[in-house]
Amino acid sequence: MSLPRGLGLAALGAIIGIGAARAAEPIRIGEINSYSALPAFTVPYRKGWQLALDEINAAGGVNGRKIEVISKDDGGKPGAALTAANELTMQDGVVMLMGGFFSNIGLALGDYAAHRHVFYLAGEPLTDAMVWKDGNRYTFRLRPDNYEQAAMLADAAAKLPAKRWASIAPNYEYGQSAVRVFKQLLAKKRPDVQWVAEQWPPQGKIDAGAVAEAIAQAKPDAILNVTFGPDLVKLVREGEARGLFKGVTVVSFLTGEPEYLEPMKAEAPSGWIVTGYPWYGIDTPAHKAFLDAYETKYHQHPYMGSVVGYTEMKVAAAILAKAGGTETDKLIAAAEGLSVPSPFGEITLRRIDHQSTLGTYLGKTALKNDSGVMVDFRYEPGQDFLPSDAEVRAMRPQG
Amino acid sequence: MSFVLAQFLTGLASAASLFLAASGLSLIFGVSRVVNFAHGAFYMLGAYIAYTLTTHLAGSAVGFWAAVLLAALATAAIGTLMEITLLRRIYRAPPLFQLLATFGVALMAEDLVLLIWGPSDLLGPRAPGLSGAFHILGAPLPRYDALLIVVGPSVLGLLWLLLHRTRWGRMLRAATEDREMVAVLGINQKWLFTGAFALGIFLAGLGGALQIPRESVSHDMDLGIIVEVFVIVVIGGLGSIPGAFLAALLVSELNVFGIMLLPTASLVLVFAVMAAVLILRPYGLLGAPEAMRAAGEWAGRVWKPMPRGARLLAPAALLLAASAPLWLGGYALSVGAEILIAAIFAASLQFLMSVGGQASFGHAAYFGLGAYGAAMATAAGLGMPASLLIGIAASLAGGIAFGWFCVRLAGVYFAMLTLAFAQILWTVVFQWVDVTGGDNGILNVWPARWASSAAHFYWLTLAAMAGSVLLLRIVAFSPFGYALRATRDSPLRAAAIGIDVSRTRWLAFALAAAFAGLAGALFAFLKGSVFPDSLGIGVSIDGLVMVLLGGVGTISGAIAGAAVYKALSIWLMTETDYSRLVLGALIVVLVVAFPRGIAGSWQTLVPSLRLALRRRGALAERGA
Repeated sequence: MSLPRGLGLAALGAIIGIGAARAAEPIRIGEINSYSALPAFTVPYRKGWQLALDEINAAGGVNGRKIEVISKDDGGKPGAALTAANELTMQDGVVMLMGGFFSNIGLALGDYAAHRHVFYLAGEPLTDAMVWKDGNRYTFRLRPDNYEQAAMLADAAAKLPAKRWASIAPNYEYGQSAVRVFKQLLAKKRPDVQWVAEQWPPQGKIDAGAVAEAIAQAKPDAILNVTFGPDLVKLVREGEARGLFKGVTVVSFLTGEPEYLEPMKAEAPSGWIVTGYPWYGIDTPAHKAFLDAYETKYHQHPYMGSVVGYTEMKVAAAILAKAGGTETDKLIAAAEGLSVPSPFGEITLRRIDHQSTLGTYLGKTALKNDSGVMVDFRYEPGQDFLPSDAEVRAMRPQG
Repeated sequence: MSFVLAQFLTGLASAASLFLAASGLSLIFGVSRVVNFAHGAFYMLGAYIAYTLTTHLAGSAVGFWAAVLLAALATAAIGTLMEITLLRRIYRAPPLFQLLATFGVALMAEDLVLLIWGPSDLLGPRAPGLSGAFHILGAPLPRYDALLIVVGPSVLGLLWLLLHRTRWGRMLRAATEDREMVAVLGINQKWLFTGAFALGIFLAGLGGALQIPRESVSHDMDLGIIVEVFVIVVIGGLGSIPGAFLAALLVSELNVFGIMLLPTASLVLVFAVMAAVLILRPYGLLGAPEAMRAAGEWAGRVWKPMPRGARLLAPAALLLAASAPLWLGGYALSVGAEILIAAIFAASLQFLMSVGGQASFGHAAYFGLGAYGAAMATAAGLGMPASLLIGIAASLAGGIAFGWFCVRLAGVYFAMLTLAFAQILWTVVFQWVDVTGGDNGILNVWPARWASSAAHFYWLTLAAMAGSVLLLRIVAFSPFGYALRATRDSPLRAAAIGIDVSRTRWLAFALAAAFAGLAGALFAFLKGSVFPDSLGIGVSIDGLVMVLLGGVGTISGAIAGAAVYKALSIWLMTETDYSRLVLGALIVVLVVAFPRGIAGSWQTLVPSLRLALRRRGALAERGA
């Protein structure tokens, strides 16, 4: 979907004959995401930013100007995302870019931003490289990345009695780096931990029965899982049928997000230690307000993507408001160190690496009324799990 | 020991679901020679329909199984409808053209299931009474797996009975072996094809429906299965159903035991097996050598160099294209450059397909090698011209290495071996993060200062495109080109007059790879970054679609195909969330409207128009 614009707007303007004052001209933001490739995640995400956009414009916009978002689909391909970025910056005259879901698209857009000197606010991409190894002056990122998720889970994992661990992760950069960081951080706290098996199924093509057997064979006390989506469903079904999870603690990335937990219905696993988003149980005023507004507008509960989309839009507006202009340098100066309220509480865009301090919820899965939920959860703020400044400086290109 | 048994049984169960989908594809191909790209889409459709029906009927075991069967029947009905309304119109089109039509349908299906069933993954019920596991010698065997292990051979047996013990089956087998003879004997091929198609799609739908208790239903299921199923069919031997069974078994068992020894290798394993089988047994495990049917199908007309009118037209078109920076903005120029790059890529594939008669399903490998070659050279600090050359050299080297194996095969087997090599290469790039950056790719591959403005880069790609097309045309009309066309039209006669068939094809393959490499290297600089999807199967398919749209019997039709397809897909992507639905529908319409491709239809249209005009002129004169 794209908002009416271009020719349509021009024609409309000509018909009505507006010669409206410049002040009324909206500030345009370009937004890119994998709407057709990953609708299960990006549809709630879009609802999130649209809600925030409505709120911002209803309150008079930013510095007296309304905000207009031009939204593009990238089909899950970095090349298409870059084509969209070109269209948005060269033709539609947007002042900044935001969005992205896949790590590689986030990286491609970040690199584009640095090359073309465009401001880019990434929402969902999780790879650590975005703000560290391949970080740059023009790119900011919202979500807690792979490293932070691994750190939160490793913290909880260190408290378990388990000594024999096994890992199951999709065989690509995301899965590989998640397992690597988790192992590193766990080893620091628990030198006695031993890794007894690992499985690297291809993303989207897990041979779940065989993987479950191979892991069970090693008789681990605990399993680290990084698979998600359809792969995770297959793994849970095959694992349950074969008794893989009996007496084993599972620590799992992102599984507590309703995007992943909900589709599993009554077969959602119980007792797994996960990161996620228990929208049904967060009783802070900030979240209550967000939840009410979201449910009123869409008659549906929010997903993790909704929170990301909503916060991303609010952050973008806050940056524009503080910058007072739309030049890229002003936006960067305004964004560095900026604090913004979010449904999860106040977050800050760190000066040192442009990573936000947005955190996530850590808890256990359970079954309630035949559907998976998170229980015993608590909010883990991002700043508590980020590496030290010295480590960041060593990883991130300086200058 | 019990562990080995457990893995073995798991492999048997996986083999069953693979076999169901593969046997249908093999059946359809054997009878009608249609490479049904929509087979995965029907598999997915079977799963979606089964999801809806089982969630409504699943109370009892009877309801569940009735729902599964109904879903397969409903899928078959939809497939039959597609055969009657779409494929029947284009059976006489050049080979592989049906692939384009079914590709359009597959694209549409992906968006249609989203529109009907929504974006979330759907989890169907488990089969009533089959949710636990048996224990055999201490090895757990999920009850549902046990059922699948029985279903696979049962379907094989039933198919065997059908094909060997019924009159209809005999006719099907006869059509598989010699279509022309069957037609001569007065058998109505139309309904034979329809019947085979319906049965094949029924099996695909059944395969999908039976997955309900094992996995969630999602809108990208089709992509997951289609390539694997092709591989199974090819390993087994096209048209051979026992072969498909054997291949499904082999691949599944290798997979379950493979992950024990090399947990990271599972993605590459199946393609490595296919490559090995094809190199050792060029027609698959149980396949029969394909009948010599190359002659005539590819050839069409004898080519002549461009007529004078066209020779004047080409520079004029080039001049017009070169003036684009005067009247187009930066974004339009960047899209223009992307289209030009696609045209180079398509032209290189067209050279291989039209002149050489070799349809590659893995041409992306050389596009990707060019892109990665250029990106890695840039990352190592080399300048842009050197990086472009290294990209081309990388593709050339890849073409020489892989081509040596590929050119020994023909037809679909050639296509599948090229696909295997491309997929192996993709897997290596995707998973070998330390060297290639894996999924995160290689960043910061921006063009040199002199080429960095939109207009300059556009001119660079335009020059590269014009040069490539010109060179490929010169080669096509050179003595080497004539020799290559001889190997295409009749390998036997070509060999008889002293042409080294394999070497001629090998050279052509390497040449096409080098030009694809140029396209890939330019693409890296256009985007400023390279990711594994540049050598993914999507790029290979895009290339095929552009060539087929342009017209496979032509020399330069790919330019028209590339322009139409690329421009449409970019434009639709920015305008709608349902770009696949619209693009797929457009492809289907184009296929029906231009069964010889855009440029191909133009070429047949112009002479007949001229003839009609002349006739009318003669009539008018007589009237006067």
